Amino acid sequence: MTDNVTTYLLRGVRPLGGDAVDVLLSDGVIAAIEAPGTARADGGVVVIDATDQVLLPGLVDLHTHLREPGREDAETVESGTRAAAAGGFTAVHAMANTTPVADTAGVVEQVWRLGQDAGWVDVHPVGAVTVGLGGEHLAELGAMAESKARVRVFSDDGKCVHDPVLMRRALEYVKAFDGVVAQHAQEPRLTQGSQMHEGVVSAEIGLAGWPAVAEEAIIARDVLLAEHVGSRLHVCHLSTRGSVEIVRWAKSRGIDVTAEVTPHHLALTDELARGYDPTFKVNPPLRTADDVEAVREGLADGTIDIVATDHAPHPVEDKDCEWAAAAFGMTGLETALSVVQQAMVDTGRMTWADVARVLSANPARIGRIDAEHGRPIAVGEPATLALVDPAAIRVVDGGAQQTASVNTPFRGRTLPGRVTATFLRGRATVLDGSPVEPAGTRGGR
Amino acid sequence: MNFGLPAEPELGTTVLGPDDIQRALTRIAHEIVERAKGAADVVLLGVPTRGVPLAQRLAQRLAAIDAGFDPAAALGELDVTMYRDDLHRNPTRTIGVTRLPASGIDGRVVVLVDDVLFSGRTIRAALDAISDLGRPRAVRLACLVDRGHRELPIRPDFVGKNLPTSAAEHVQVRLAEIDGEDAVVISGRGGVDAGEER
Amino acid sequence: MRHLLSAADLSREDAIRLLDTAAQMAATQSREIKKLPTLRGRTVVNLFFEDSTRTRISFETAAKRLSADVINFSAKGSSVSKGESLKDTALTLHSMGADAVVVRHWASGAPYQLAHSGWLGTVDSPVAVLNAGDGTHQHPTQALLDAFTIRRHLVGRAGGAGRDGVGKDLTGLKVAIVGDVLHSRVARSNVNLLHTLGAEVTLVAPPTLLPVGVESWTCATSYDLDATLTGWCPDAVMMLRVQRERMSGGSGAFLPSPQEYSRRYGLDKRRLGALPDHAIVMHPGPMNRGLEISAQAADSDRSVIVEQVANGVAVRMAALYLLLAGGSSAEGTSL
Repeated sequence: MTDNVTTYLLRGVRPLGGDAVDVLLSDGVIAAIEAPGTARADGGVVVIDATDQVLLPGLVDLHTHLREPGREDAETVESGTRAAAAGGFTAVHAMANTTPVADTAGVVEQVWRLGQDAGWVDVHPVGAVTVGLGGEHLAELGAMAESKARVRVFSDDGKCVHDPVLMRRALEYVKAFDGVVAQHAQEPRLTQGSQMHEGVVSAEIGLAGWPAVAEEAIIARDVLLAEHVGSRLHVCHLSTRGSVEIVRWAKSRGIDVTAEVTPHHLALTDELARGYDPTFKVNPPLRTADDVEAVREGLADGTIDIVATDHAPHPVEDKDCEWAAAAFGMTGLETALSVVQQAMVDTGRMTWADVARVLSANPARIGRIDAEHGRPIAVGEPATLALVDPAAIRVVDGGAQQTASVNTPFRGRTLPGRVTATFLRGRATVLDGSPVEPAGTRGGR
Repeated sequence: MNFGLPAEPELGTTVLGPDDIQRALTRIAHEIVERAKGAADVVLLGVPTRGVPLAQRLAQRLAAIDAGFDPAAALGELDVTMYRDDLHRNPTRTIGVTRLPASGIDGRVVVLVDDVLFSGRTIRAALDAISDLGRPRAVRLACLVDRGHRELPIRPDFVGKNLPTSAAEHVQVRLAEIDGEDAVVISGRGGVDAGEER
Repeated sequence: MRHLLSAADLSREDAIRLLDTAAQMAATQSREIKKLPTLRGRTVVNLFFEDSTRTRISFETAAKRLSADVINFSAKGSSVSKGESLKDTALTLHSMGADAVVVRHWASGAPYQLAHSGWLGTVDSPVAVLNAGDGTHQHPTQALLDAFTIRRHLVGRAGGAGRDGVGKDLTGLKVAIVGDVLHSRVARSNVNLLHTLGAEVTLVAPPTLLPVGVESWTCATSYDLDATLTGWCPDAVMMLRVQRERMSGGSGAFLPSPQEYSRRYGLDKRRLGALPDHAIVMHPGPMNRGLEISAQAADSDRSVIVEQVANGVAVRMAALYLLLAGGSSAEGTSL
C-alpha cells in the first residue's frame, strides 16, 4: 500500500514493559531506538508522549468471528476489524462459520479482500475443514491454501470435527502446505442441548449441562491422532483443568500441539449464569473457579500458547431472550488485552514480554504470518505495533465499542489498561485511543 | 421518638378504666338479650383483634343472664381482611381466622363485636363477609367505643361509650387478654395509632 | 419480595406465612360461596409458553376466587421455533395493565428474566411475577402445596399443633422424593422448601436421573427405593412423573425400559405395605399409573394426591394475596 505514511516518534515508551526509550517509526518500519529524550524530532514528525506506556508488537487474534458474509447485522469485516484495531490488533483470523461457509477459495478470497478494503488490520481467513461445516467431506483445503488468502489455519469452529477418521485425514492433508487444524473440541453427543457448564450451578438452576469431559475427550483423542500422523494440531479455546493437563502431557511427549484460551475463560465463571443473562452464554461455557485457575497456570507456564478472543458478535435480539433460546458467544476484541493485563500481569503471573508472546508472537507463528506480525521490537522490524497505557482505568460500555454488537460480558466492569495507539506497517490505525479512518482506502463508513 | 419502650403512647388520657369497661359490657349484654327477646338465637362474632376477647366477655355475661345460652355454640370470630376496601393502601395484612359456631349463622341474630367504631369501613367489610357466610335473621353491631367520624351509613346497636373526638386524635382500647390491662385511652395528634383501624 | 420465582428465595418465615395464609384460604373454600372480593380490580395474566392445563386451571381458579380479572395468554412455542419473543410478550402484557403475571415456560430462568429485565413494569409500578414452572428449574407453588399437604397431615393431625399445623414448620419429618430428579423442577423446589422448613429429604432415583452436582443440594440421595422405604422410614413419599420418552431414544435413553424402572423405582402394593402406618403418598400429577405408581398406591387411603390438587388452589390464592393485596409502595409488602 502506498499510504502517505507519517513518521512517528514515541517518546519515553517502554518496549515490552522494559526501560524507557524513544522509538522512531518511519517508512513502515522501526527506524531508530534511542535513549529517552534523545531522538531528534525533525519537521513533519508526529511526536507522541508515551511516557510510562508499554509498546507491544501488534496483537494477532487467531480466533475472530467477523460474521461477513451472511450476518452483517451482527458485524461486518469493516466494523469487526475497526474493533480489532481499537483493541491493539494488527491481524485477525476470520473464522469460517459465515453464510456461505468459508469452505472454498472464492469465499476466503472475498473475506480477504474485504479486509484489504477496510484497511484496519490484516485479515487472514480461516478455511473450513469440512464442506459446509457438515463434518462429512473435506473441503478443498489446498485450493484455499493456494488462493490469494493463503489460508494456513483450518477450522470448523462452532462445530467439532468429531469423526475421528475425518480428523485424521485433515491433520495429515494440511501438512502439504504447512497448515494447521484448529479444533473446536466438543463431543457432540455428550453436549446435545447443552446450555452451560455441567456442575453444581447447572444442577441448581436447571440448565442442561456441558460436561468438561466432552471437551477433554476430544482433545485427548486429537493429540494422539496428531502424534500418530506426525501433524501439528491447534486446540481452540480450551476451558478446563483437564484440558490443560492433557495438553501439558502431550507437549511433554513431544506432540506438536498448541493451545489457546479466551480472555473470558481467564476471568469469568459459571456462577454468572445464575442471573440467566444470556450475555454469559458462550461455547465452550464459562467453567468453575478451579478451571479459571488452571488455565491461568497453563498460560503462565507455556502449556497454553496463546490468548485468542473468540470474538463472537450477536445482534441484540439473539441475546435479549430466554437463555435457552439465545446464541452462544461474546465479543472480545476490545477487552482482550485489558483482561489479560488484569488476570495475568497485574497479578504478577506474566510480564509484558509474556503478553507479547501469547497475544502476538505465538499466534503469528501458528498462523504462519510471522514474517509480518509478532516480530521483535528492533530497528528494521515492521512498525506493526500496539501502544498501551497500563495505568489507565476504564468502565466497559458495550455501546461505546467499535464492534457492531453489544454482547460484552464485561459490561459495567472496571478494567485496567487502554490501547492508545495501533500501527500497521507504520500507519496509525488508532491514535489517542480512537480509530483513525484509513486514507486512500474505500473511505467513509 | 423511641426510647426502647413499647411504642404505646402513654401520654394519652384514660377515658374508661377497668370498672367502666366491665360495666359497659354488662349493660350491653343486657341490651342484647332484651333486644333479641332472649339469648337463644344470638351468635356473637368478634372482629379481630380486640373484638374477639370482647365477644368472649359478652358471651360469659349472656350465659349468666340466660342459662340456656351456650357460649361454645354461639361464639365465633370474623376476620374481615379479605373484604377490606383499603388493602391496596397499606402493607399486606396477615389474614386472621374466621370461625363460626358449628350450627352456622343462618336464621340467627348475629351480633358483630368490635372495640372502636370509627369510619364504619371495617363493619362494611364485616357485613359483606357475613353475607358470604350465610343468611342471619338479623345483624346487629356492638362496640365498646363509638368515636364518630362515620364515612358510611352505619350505626351501632349497642355502644359502651360515645366518645366525641377530633379526627386527628387516636383512640386505643386496651384489654387485659391482649394488652395486660383494661383501658380506653385517647391521645393527641402525632402519636402512632395501634388499636384502631379506619 | 415482589415475585415468587424460586422456592430457594423463601425464608422460613416467608414460607410459614404463605402456608398459614393458604390455611385461611383453604377454610374459605369449603364454604358455599367461595369467592372473595379481595383482589377486585386487579388483573392476573396466565402466561403459558408450555401446555399445562392443570396448573393453568389451578392458578385461574385461585385468581377468580379472589375476584381478580384473569387473562389467559397462551404463547406456545419451542426452543426451536421461538414464536413471539419473551420480551415482546412482556411489553404487550405491561401495556395491557397486568398486575401480576403467572408464567409457565419451557426455558429455565424465563420467569427470573421477566422479573428482572425491566420489560414488565418499572421500579415504581412493578408487575409481580409468579413462576408456574420454568424448564427444569423451579415450580415454587407446587412445593408450597406439597409442604402444605404434608403439614396438614403430619403436623396438624399429630396433635399439639393447631388445626392444619398453622404456625408450624416441618421439623423432624422425613420426605422421600422418587423418580426423575434430573428433569424435575418439582424436585428442585421441594428440596429447597422442605429443607427451609426443617424436613429431611432423600432423593431416590437411578443414577442417570440425578444431576451432576446434586451433592451440593441440601438433601441425601439414594439409588435404592426399598432400602430407603424400609431403612429410613419416610413420613411422606413423593413420586415424580417419569416421561416415557426418557426410556426410549436408543443410546441416549436414561433407562433400559419402563418395566425395569417400574420394578426398581415404582411405588407398588408391596412397597406401599413397607411404609410406616402414618406415611402419606404424594404425586404432583399427572400420574403414569403402572409406571412410577401403581393403581393400588395411587388410590389407597394413604394417597393425598387428590387433596394436593385442592390445596394447590389455596396455596396459589395465598401467593396471589400476599403479592398483590398490599400497597405497592409500602416497603412492608414482603412475602
